[in-house]
Amino acid sequence: MALVLNEEQVMLKESAAGFLAEKATVAHLRQLRDSASAQGFDSDVWQEMAAMGWAGIAIAEEFGGLGYGYTGLGLLLEQSGRNLSASPLQSTVLVAATLIAQLGDKEQKGRLLPAIASGEKRVTLALQEGPHHVPLQISASAKRDGDAWVIEGSKLMVLDASSADTFIVIARTSGSPGDERGLSALLVEAGSAGLAVSARSMVDSRSAGALLLEGVRVPATNLLGVEGDAWTGLSRTLDIANIGLAAELLGLSAAAFERTVAYLKERKQFGVLIGSFQGLQHRAAELYAELELARSIVLQALQTIDAGAVDLALVASAAKAKLCEVAQRATNEAIQMHGGVGMTDEYEIGFFIKRARVAQHTFGDYNYHLDRFALLNGF
Amino acid sequence: MSDLEQFRMETRTWLEQNCPASMRTPVKGFDELYNGGRKPEIDHPDQKTWCDRMAARGWTVPHWPREYGGAGLDKEQVKVLRQEMARIGARSPLDSFGISMLGPALLHFGTEAQKLDHLPKIARGEIRWCQGYSEPNAGSDLASLATRAQDNGDHYLINGQKIWTSYADKADWIFCLVRTDNSGSKHEGISFVLFDMADPGVTVRPIRLISGSSPFCETFFDNVKAYKSNLIGEEGKGWTIAKYLLTHEREMISSFGAAPKKSVGQIALETMGSDASGRLANGVLRQTIAQYELDTLVFGATMARVGDEARAGQGLGAASSIFKYYGTELNKRRNELNLAALGEQALGWDGAEYSGGVVSRDWLRSKGNSIEGGTSEVQLNIIAKRVLGLPDA
Repeated sequence: MALVLNEEQVMLKESAAGFLAEKATVAHLRQLRDSASAQGFDSDVWQEMAAMGWAGIAIAEEFGGLGYGYTGLGLLLEQSGRNLSASPLQSTVLVAATLIAQLGDKEQKGRLLPAIASGEKRVTLALQEGPHHVPLQISASAKRDGDAWVIEGSKLMVLDASSADTFIVIARTSGSPGDERGLSALLVEAGSAGLAVSARSMVDSRSAGALLLEGVRVPATNLLGVEGDAWTGLSRTLDIANIGLAAELLGLSAAAFERTVAYLKERKQFGVLIGSFQGLQHRAAELYAELELARSIVLQALQTIDAGAVDLALVASAAKAKLCEVAQRATNEAIQMHGGVGMTDEYEIGFFIKRARVAQHTFGDYNYHLDRFALLNGF
Repeated sequence: MSDLEQFRMETRTWLEQNCPASMRTPVKGFDELYNGGRKPEIDHPDQKTWCDRMAARGWTVPHWPREYGGAGLDKEQVKVLRQEMARIGARSPLDSFGISMLGPALLHFGTEAQKLDHLPKIARGEIRWCQGYSEPNAGSDLASLATRAQDNGDHYLINGQKIWTSYADKADWIFCLVRTDNSGSKHEGISFVLFDMADPGVTVRPIRLISGSSPFCETFFDNVKAYKSNLIGEEGKGWTIAKYLLTHEREMISSFGAAPKKSVGQIALETMGSDASGRLANGVLRQTIAQYELDTLVFGATMARVGDEARAGQGLGAASSIFKYYGTELNKRRNELNLAALGEQALGWDGAEYSGGVVSRDWLRSKGNSIEGGTSEVQLNIIAKRVLGLPDA
């Protein structure tokens, strides 16, 4: 497969860029933050996105999606990153729909995926339990009681928790923390008895939340896939999620960089444009080279998903680690090169560094993925 | 069977019958590549046979037109030929600056007579070329070069000095940047000429490098004749050709950044071992190697992407500068990591126990990668100014 976008993909990218630049910009994110929006995104904008097919972009046509694949979704995420557009594209479309497609049986997929694709249902994954992403360290439990599962435990960093209709809770039905066997995925409806959802205020102003599950009973049919056997599908979903986040970070980093270069061309000190200083030029040029490299691995990783490769782990960790590194550098340099105005809330560049760090940490940061990349390379 | 499959079968059969067994073994190093020329360095008698057979089919330069010594193959056919050669482990029949650098420039800028005169001899490996660019006072600031070309009727008289002339001591002809005019800006008045190194006014002195090898020379010209029929492009417009050629050179040098057969991680595992979790025993080195391996993978993806984009008619303007900068820095990182992974074994200089000091010599040689063909800093200047549009000081 050639590492270039086809005509259809270029059109998608351009139309997404146009839409987001109008409807979901950094200024909109600031409004959401300042209005203390609990859900962290604009429902009307999300409905418009869904009407354009974005919610079902990677969902197969037989389940009401567009069947455009993850390269298409990656383009939307990249454009979302450029504009810092807040929407459930990550929580519902990238992560939850993928996990349902991975684990669900035909009935479950037929019930859930079309509802996600139409924008009517919002679903999110409840996985993490501590401050770090360690996906096998799950102690939340689910025990069988007649024709129900009873879930106990607590979850953190649940994306868009306060507005989700349904949670996919990862819980142990057997084994101990660290085991691959024994992990199960259970659908829990918002408002279930014993479920407490609390919004957490995060640095990026997006809505992540915590769940407390105390004896939450769900019907046996809410088990997604096979009991104790969620790991393979979950692991693949996390790989896809990290590639999607890498695409978002690519757009975010490129936009932060472009704003910085523009600033270097307008800010004068010592009677000259600061962009004429070689000390800044070389740092900008190095960053440009890194961004071009980052673009390549993101596209390769997205295409690897769509090619149906069995093993995504290496390319996923490579893409996420590289984009964590580049996003960190791009946003740090953005603040430094903007100087004092870069530190002000009034200037928009600060929103980029904030979203970058949250996206970097979501489902494993640089340290997690570089370590995994080395292990997968045999050292 | 498609035409391409037909071509593949014919190529396979021909290669089987014509590639000598000795030419199906990997070359041990750069030095074992066959470069041709009037006084070829023959490490094995089959080298010339193999080169001659391939040249007779136009396959030393398969994509060049037939009238210039090539085979006129299209990109797909060239790919098939490379694949079939790789299948039997066939060595490249001929590697030369004539093929990689002067040839493309002549095809682009040469007159029909110049192409017919020089290209077939490059294709057949009869003439070995060197490049006369840098001077003692014109390194990164190449356009300030001062080697003079004085008009003398049907020829120029060349006087001056070049430095860092790769393999000038082994070359037969030189493609050379000379100053034909001093009156304008430094980029104007530079001309691109070809002349014979057998001229008695040419003196060549190899330069010994920190790696112990002498791939570069100082080259002196004392009233050397360069015929005007060998002026490429217009007089005074040589800088355009020089820049075009530098792009080719950068791409060649940046290919050093491609992933080696055995990863540094594997080398380190063999020498240092791992802990119970399978992680390399030294966590500090492990992280540095992982960063290098990650960047190598991503660099490879970028080479592939830019290749695909070029085929799709798109292009990354500063690709050659990015590749030159990143590829050479990667190669330096790899060589440093080889030292770290192999320990003092890597620091041997000579003798069979150190394989002739190949690791330390390669490491030292790699330091030049980010200097030759335009330093890393010059590449960053090019990206900053031409791509990012940052202002001049």
